[in-house]
Amino acid sequence: MSRRHRTTTQPPWPVAVPAVLALLFLGLPLLALLIRAPWGQLLSVLTSPTSLDALRLSIITATAATVLSVIVGVPLAWLLARAIFPGRRFARALVTVPLVLPPVVGGIALLLAFGRRGIVGQYLDQWFGITLPFTTAGVVIAEAFVAMPFLIITVEGALRGLDGRFEDAAATLGASRLTVFRRITLPLIAPSLVAGAVLTFARALGEFGATITFAGNLPGVTQTLPLAVYIGLEGDPSEAIALSLVLLAFSIAVLVLLRDRWLRTGTPA
Amino acid sequence: MNSNALRFNACIERAEFSLEASLTVEPGEIVAVIGPNGAGKSTLLRSISGLVPLTNGSIEIGGVTVDDPARGILSAPEARRVGVVFQDYLLFPHMSVADNIAFGPRAAGVGRRHARELAADWITRLSLTGLADRKPSELSGGQSQRVALARALACDPAVLLLDEPLAALDAGTRIDVRAELREHLASIGIPTLLVTHDPLDALVLAERIVVLEQGRITQEGLALDVARRPATTYVARLLGLNLLPGQADDGHVTLTAGGELHTAQRNVSGAVLVAVRPDAISIHTSPPSGSARNVWRGTVEGVEPIGDRVRVTAAGPPTVMADVTAASVIELQLERGTQVWLSTKATELEVYPAGGTAPQ
Repeated sequence: MSRRHRTTTQPPWPVAVPAVLALLFLGLPLLALLIRAPWGQLLSVLTSPTSLDALRLSIITATAATVLSVIVGVPLAWLLARAIFPGRRFARALVTVPLVLPPVVGGIALLLAFGRRGIVGQYLDQWFGITLPFTTAGVVIAEAFVAMPFLIITVEGALRGLDGRFEDAAATLGASRLTVFRRITLPLIAPSLVAGAVLTFARALGEFGATITFAGNLPGVTQTLPLAVYIGLEGDPSEAIALSLVLLAFSIAVLVLLRDRWLRTGTPA
Repeated sequence: MNSNALRFNACIERAEFSLEASLTVEPGEIVAVIGPNGAGKSTLLRSISGLVPLTNGSIEIGGVTVDDPARGILSAPEARRVGVVFQDYLLFPHMSVADNIAFGPRAAGVGRRHARELAADWITRLSLTGLADRKPSELSGGQSQRVALARALACDPAVLLLDEPLAALDAGTRIDVRAELREHLASIGIPTLLVTHDPLDALVLAERIVVLEQGRITQEGLALDVARRPATTYVARLLGLNLLPGQADDGHVTLTAGGELHTAQRNVSGAVLVAVRPDAISIHTSPPSGSARNVWRGTVEGVEPIGDRVRVTAAGPPTVMADVTAASVIELQLERGTQVWLSTKATELEVYPAGGTAPQ
């Protein structure tokens, strides 16, 4: 990202007024959250069993969803970026669908696929006795479904931007394709891989719609932070606000991580 | 003939391009391939290193056939004993100098410690001492080039390929690095093929020059012969020579493009090329009265400074380039459209049979 300064003139009011309104619109809700936060009892609210459960569960599931996304997403990104196969354009389109699909719809689709009566889920149940809905594993599945595209798209972009001649050079030095990938490709795209993983983690952490639809809202099992916030709002608003602050802190941390470290120095343009 | 020679005798067909060439480089020999952009120089190197397959023909490296479509042979790049110094060097940016050099031996299964020793050895041989732990971004152009050379040679290749090895350097360091590279290449002892578009690189670094134009070899010979007797206008222009085709008969050449020249060489006849250096042609604004045998009229088409001289292009026939001093450009008021007389001595013309390559 370039940081060129352009000579700016005084903005005309038809631009300035809506622009300031937009900024207020985006900023005020966050400000409200900070103003109304139960600062005095923050610690006690956050250390309540419900909060701790939700916090622990969120971190575990979001981490698992990120790891899952890296394990299967990086190879898919590589295929999309490098391989020529029939239906590649379709595959790429498919990857972007969860980005724009309402998460609730994603949750229903997951139920129809992996639910007890789902087209795959019924066999998982019959043959292996595996049930995904309303389990912690189900939360991971829901989060990965919604968040994995962030990883795939980031890594695919990095692979496309990578100068393939480095890999050619490694091949002429006698490196097998696997060695080339491990010692050249992967290190060169590492910044983007980390950025993609951070984005995926952030998205998984905030996942609500697909999770509540597919995995339900069982405290300690499937009730992640966003779900606890939603439920808390009906019972104990101060808990909802406190947990929201935690999610906000995570979001800001992600922004800082990406801005200061990876996005600027790492990702190839 | 040596079984360790690099033998390329092949054809590569692409959508809008074909390369068809036959070329042998003996062990210890340094051959430069020069040619304009898009002539197929890079394709030649890429096919030898295994990055582009042949359409037909064969490539032999160190006594091993690595590509021969008719016999169903095609070795992957990593299975060929080819060392490549790439344009821009392509040092791995995330590895230190030592790790870059050790990469090849490591990939070949050499243990970590032994690979590091090998790298250390090359670091000493190529005067890179003290730079082992640097990252490529912390190296100068000349240092990068030596690391690239060390990295290629550390794999113990049977042939060394260099793709525009000096193109990434600025003019100032180029001269030094060129001299250094010449020294390092002299002691390698394997077939060395370098590709360049700079005639000076070719003349300084190589013993033999191969000229590649539009996918075909148009001239091949000792560096000095090619420089003195270019076979095509491309080479002549590259070397800054005027090259005029014509028919010779008893020291008299009728030029194909019009006009005629007297030469001092009476023993050549038939289709010939006449080469004349731009500084051997004089420009006058009145009919010259000197001893020059060849005098003709021309119109100035271009005036362009080259170093401390000025190159004037004058439309004849024959149309030629002439190098004069800046002072005479002012004195003669040379500019586009100026009518001039051009002259050159018969003894300044080099006449040789056209077609085919220069004698070896």
